[in-house]
Amino acid sequence: MRIVVLLKAVPVVGNEKLVDGWRVDRSAGLEANGNDEYVLEAGLKLVEQHGGELVTLTMGPTPAMEAIRKALAMGAARAVHVQDPVLAGSDTLATGLVLAAALRKMEYDLVLAGADTSDGQGGIVGAAVATRLGLPYLSYAAHIEPDPSAETIRVRRISAAGYDVIEAPMPAFVAGTQLLGEPRYPSLRGIMQARSKEIATWTLADVGVEASSVGSSAALTEVDSATPPPPRAGATIVREAPEIAAERIVEFLASRRLV
Amino acid sequence: MAGEIWAIGEIADGQPTRLARELATLAAGLAAESGRTARAVLVGPDASTAAESLAANGPDVLAVDADPGDRPVAAVIAEQVAALARDRQPSFLFVGASNDGRDVAGMLQALLDWGALVNAAGVRWQDEAPQAEMSVFGGRLVTLSHLAADHGIVIVRPSSVTAEEAARPGKVAAIAPAAVDPLPAVRIVERIAEASAAVSIEEAPVIVAGGRGVGGPEGFAVVQELAEVLGGVVGATRAVVDAGWIGYAHQIGQTGKTVKPALYVAAGISGAIQHKVGMQTSGTIIAINRDPDAPIGEFADLMVIGDLFEILPRVSAGVRARRGG
Repeated sequence: MRIVVLLKAVPVVGNEKLVDGWRVDRSAGLEANGNDEYVLEAGLKLVEQHGGELVTLTMGPTPAMEAIRKALAMGAARAVHVQDPVLAGSDTLATGLVLAAALRKMEYDLVLAGADTSDGQGGIVGAAVATRLGLPYLSYAAHIEPDPSAETIRVRRISAAGYDVIEAPMPAFVAGTQLLGEPRYPSLRGIMQARSKEIATWTLADVGVEASSVGSSAALTEVDSATPPPPRAGATIVREAPEIAAERIVEFLASRRLV
Repeated sequence: MAGEIWAIGEIADGQPTRLARELATLAAGLAAESGRTARAVLVGPDASTAAESLAANGPDVLAVDADPGDRPVAAVIAEQVAALARDRQPSFLFVGASNDGRDVAGMLQALLDWGALVNAAGVRWQDEAPQAEMSVFGGRLVTLSHLAADHGIVIVRPSSVTAEEAARPGKVAAIAPAAVDPLPAVRIVERIAEASAAVSIEEAPVIVAGGRGVGGPEGFAVVQELAEVLGGVVGATRAVVDAGWIGYAHQIGQTGKTVKPALYVAAGISGAIQHKVGMQTSGTIIAINRDPDAPIGEFADLMVIGDLFEILPRVSAGVRARRGG
């Protein structure tokens, strides 16, 4: 199986360095997006079971390299890094265009992506990329099971009531969740091997997208303002014995009309 | 005339979801403010019936009686709404931030090439366009953003607005599904119900959540008891979900759910940033923790230092006594 994993490098939540008020400084300190690591792990297991090759695809600035190297150390065979200064400030629409364009230049049976990213939190780019490529879209995956002989993929999709077992022919696009299982740690051997693995850098021209369709100048969303949330008043501290403490909680609930 | 404002709703058990009612209420409010027309769109096998109910929230409702058969409904909604949008040229599409809603929004973005404001926790009308409020960077900032075009998609979180019935209900128009090029086939083979999954944690007015401090799966009994007494549901941290003490459907925070209940009781939860991002905008936060230095004290309203097993049952009893007395 040929698998492409969409891997985004994101700032560490709560540790973002902000510039100009609200823009996040992506020049350092990026890590692999949490949900992307779950699908990467699932993809590595699929390759171990069924053979084939796993390639990561990243759109992002130079510091994304650290997350890419980690993915290579975990077991990805090689990486594609779409990197171009004009991409800075791209919105979800442009991101979907660029990732779809890059995937058109790659070969795969399966594209895997995290259900959402911790920085953007939109959770829509996967569906947009799949739709642009005409791929079946299987989302919120808790389990992925291919049938290579039938060239189909089966996914447990989290539903409101439990989960749905859904199925589609490959090639297909699967967006996955934490339920796929803990990602492995890179082994020392993996880290050594990663050094000789190929990281192809593609420019926007390489993937064939016009510069006028991407970046902050093309973004169809604009931030008007960014302010810290109103501070909470600070906690009232209760240190009494359990009987009194419980009474204090009930009184507090009553004072706020919550009981 | 300025383009319409559409609320794209979902149907569950033949009725519009609560989120669909919130979107309809929001669209009606923004339309009233802007002099535009609000319209709700429902797509599904029960669309006409559900539409009669949704019309109570104000907007006229377009009911597309499309049977998804064994296809996931998101693709069917996206195909039909894209066809309707091309035909009728609305300005703004409001979609819910549910799993299906996000799938619909992503597909619509690709089908229409429209921009999208995601994860809105509130929407107002500003300078002839919707302006979305969003909590970003682990809650350190609240941003206000607008669409830089006269059309676009806005994805709205559950409980961002309160669903209200309008003084005058809207009218329902049932229409036949448009003939569309279907999105690639995905087939539902089986639908599995799991009792533990059927928790609508994002819509709950009260959440009582447990972390490592509950000690094990059986420790959740006292958490569950208080949740029931308060008319709420049980939440959890990632650590205890990973440990298998409770199901993923209960997980709050990064890679889990983001919630905004009126009351959040955090029992044995330290308040690490990964959890905080999912619950910090809750109305009232009460923390019960043995560690006086737990970070949750920095954003709780009431911080009770003590043993949750000693305290929670007494709070449950106290609330019951208060109701009974």
